[in-house]
Amino acid sequence: MILNASGCLDALTAPEVAQTLDAFVTKTVTPLPRPGNEPVRIAETEVGMLNSIGLANPGLERFLTDVLPRLADLRLPLWVSVGGFSAGEYARSCAALDGREEIAALELNLSCPNVDEAPETAAEIVAACRAATSTPLFAKLSPATSDLAGTARAVEAAGADGISLVNTIRGLALDERTLAPKLGRAVGGLSGPALKPIALAAVFLCARATALPIVGMGGVSNGRDALELLAAGASAIALGTVLFSDPGAPGRIRTELTQELAKRGLSDLKDSIGIAHAEALNGRQNLNWSLRVAGTKYLDFAGKPRV
Amino acid sequence: MLRRERLRVAGSEQVGPYTLLRVERGGLEPGVPGQFFMLGAPGRLLPRPMSLCFAPRHELSFLIDPIGPGTRALCALERGDQLTVLGPLGNGFRLDVLRPVLVGGSIGIAPLPYLSEMLGHPRALLGFRSSWYAEAAALVPNADVVLDPVYVTELLPDDDSAVLACGPEQMLEAVRRIVPAAQLAWEAPMACGYGACYGCAVEIGGTWKRLCVEGPVLFGHGWGQTPAMAAPAMAAMDGRR
Repeated sequence: MILNASGCLDALTAPEVAQTLDAFVTKTVTPLPRPGNEPVRIAETEVGMLNSIGLANPGLERFLTDVLPRLADLRLPLWVSVGGFSAGEYARSCAALDGREEIAALELNLSCPNVDEAPETAAEIVAACRAATSTPLFAKLSPATSDLAGTARAVEAAGADGISLVNTIRGLALDERTLAPKLGRAVGGLSGPALKPIALAAVFLCARATALPIVGMGGVSNGRDALELLAAGASAIALGTVLFSDPGAPGRIRTELTQELAKRGLSDLKDSIGIAHAEALNGRQNLNWSLRVAGTKYLDFAGKPRV
Repeated sequence: MLRRERLRVAGSEQVGPYTLLRVERGGLEPGVPGQFFMLGAPGRLLPRPMSLCFAPRHELSFLIDPIGPGTRALCALERGDQLTVLGPLGNGFRLDVLRPVLVGGSIGIAPLPYLSEMLGHPRALLGFRSSWYAEAAALVPNADVVLDPVYVTELLPDDDSAVLACGPEQMLEAVRRIVPAAQLAWEAPMACGYGACYGCAVEIGGTWKRLCVEGPVLFGHGWGQTPAMAAPAMAAMDGRR
């Protein structure tokens, strides 16, 4: 299953690209309209890019009346990314989106690096949203969380149906001549190939910590990258930065992924999910007890994939 | 419909400090003058937006100023090298104008040779920072050239000519003050060129818009260009090609 990362594709301006995905994830919607951050908003780095868009969006009301009906016309499974600045804001948005049959899932953006965060914990926000909607809830977490596995367990206990890993991580780029920050807000979110090892670690750790399905994203630019995230424990893949340089990436990566699976004698994508954990356990003699237990539990799960 | 192809470099020429990169056209359309293409810069993560400079038969040519790692990589391409090209993108100039005058500054002259050809080589007013940069003026027929510290706006005719301009932001702002109805081709850093990244947002008239899908050519007095307007212009151009 291949999705886009939230904020990395506009299905209304590029419907032909959205149609190549298994589901479309909207740009994050906040209760009130947001113009976004001042330019400059993007900068390339040596192995990635920075963005400082700042959740530019038309606000929930216009999203419901103007954007959602047009997205529904695309007849694609639709995930709506929900943002806010308090648990109450998230919950009110989830309530307003509840019961819309055109929406397959809600992804709670709990990790935008370019705006102020809500004061509540991720689990508190998930619990408030869980009480407001019966639509499947995915919690999108930051790789900069100090105890990511603990946070994954906490959002699972709070009622999340899945987690999305990872959002961008803060970075800075300086102009080569003036040494001034390239972005208008100086610091932005780092994405692209530089994020891939970070995403792999996050998915790997959370796959051991929870039984929730994981949407893996971060630096996927080819089928091999996608396979690695699946091996680390993701059961779906989202594409972000690669869509900017290659609008044909979903189809290309799907083909490459099939080839990568075939090379390894795997007939079904599901057979690849979590196999890095088996490799880790088989290949090392000195794993500590907790890893061994978690790995065994995970392997039991991996034999019966959920997605 | 987005079209992206891997194309071969047909040649590369120095024009003052700039490089004229000639690429085999493949199956891509040249589009309307002022539209742009995303050129995949070798070794770089993100492509770079470039407006079309010339559209000779079977080729697309781009005038590039090597100001950073991406543009330097593009300028280093040699005949036979390959690169990915996505386009044409955005909204170009409206060509149904009377008494056109082209105005360009520095690398902003890039779309003017193609525009000049489509409009029958009207008068052009070009400004450069030095005579070395001004070597690029040879690409635009019927051009009057000024060098820094003279501003190109000092040459603007005081009549009802239709002004079509591309250049630095300060130049476009100055043109807009003098000729509110001018068509202005803006630029902004962008990662995708097709509305996905929201990186190229610009504030005009109190609202933020993505330059890649709303522009890059806009009327000076506000937002008036719509994608539908590119269609008759495209038809007119096809008839002249």
